[in-house]
Amino acid sequence: MKILKFFIIILILFYFSPLKADQNKITKNLRCLVCQGQSVYDSDSEFANSLKLVVKNKIDEGLSEQQIYDFLIEKYGEWILYDPQFNKNTYLLWFLPLLLFLFGGTMVMKKLIKKK
Amino acid sequence: MKNRLISFIFVISIIFTFVIFYKSLDKSSLYEPKSEIKDIPEFTATFLFENKEITSKKIFNQNKFYLLNIWASWCVPCRDEHSLLLNLSNNDQIEIIGLNYKDNTNNAKKFLKELGNPYKQILLDNDGTKAIEWGAFGVPESFLIYKNKVVKKFVGPLNFKSVEEIIKLIK
Repeated sequence: MKILKFFIIILILFYFSPLKADQNKITKNLRCLVCQGQSVYDSDSEFANSLKLVVKNKIDEGLSEQQIYDFLIEKYGEWILYDPQFNKNTYLLWFLPLLLFLFGGTMVMKKLIKKK
Repeated sequence: MKNRLISFIFVISIIFTFVIFYKSLDKSSLYEPKSEIKDIPEFTATFLFENKEITSKKIFNQNKFYLLNIWASWCVPCRDEHSLLLNLSNNDQIEIIGLNYKDNTNNAKKFLKELGNPYKQILLDNDGTKAIEWGAFGVPESFLIYKNKVVKKFVGPLNFKSVEEIIKLIK
């Protein structure tokens, strides 16, 4: 029973360890550049496996998530990130859905007011 | 009025879609990063033939051109470019440095014995992390370096055209 408890505790610690969570989160947001439509996390290619190791090493060195992204953007360009960062090239991407939503909202509001 | 507005929006969206698709026709689906690394990365590596460590700063320290070639014995395109590398190694203006990628050292040595050794030095990258530091995708890949800066990057095996380009650049 004691051994079982010990194993459960180890398993819980392993599962909730911040390193694992961070590494998975980061590699899920990285595009495997040599695969088709797969993240680094999902891929088992040589490139993805090396990249997973690099991310792990960078975490061990104490780099934050953003610092790791910056490092990889410097090497491979912003395309490596699935989640596009907010800058002058992507502001349209971020704001267009909001603008369309507002436009649609005003159209609906106008119609409702007219009906009344 | 309302019908005119609808047809106007319709025509505009058709034109918009057409322009987007027409522009994309010329675009290659192969992705190449825009950000070329300017400075060479700093790393330490061991040699293939010696059990000694060296830092990247000590390898590319002379005032000459270097070609870092990432290769592996299991990589078939590396065999294709090997004769070109051997020819290029006869040129005194350039020094070829090999980075042996995720390879078995015995196989790598056999490969060089069989096909010849164009490399001045060969570094080991057992886990592929050093190739990532260079911004490489895999093997083979080559980087032309001058004064600790990457001048040109060649993804995939070198061919006659790329070797001609290298010779032109180092002249």
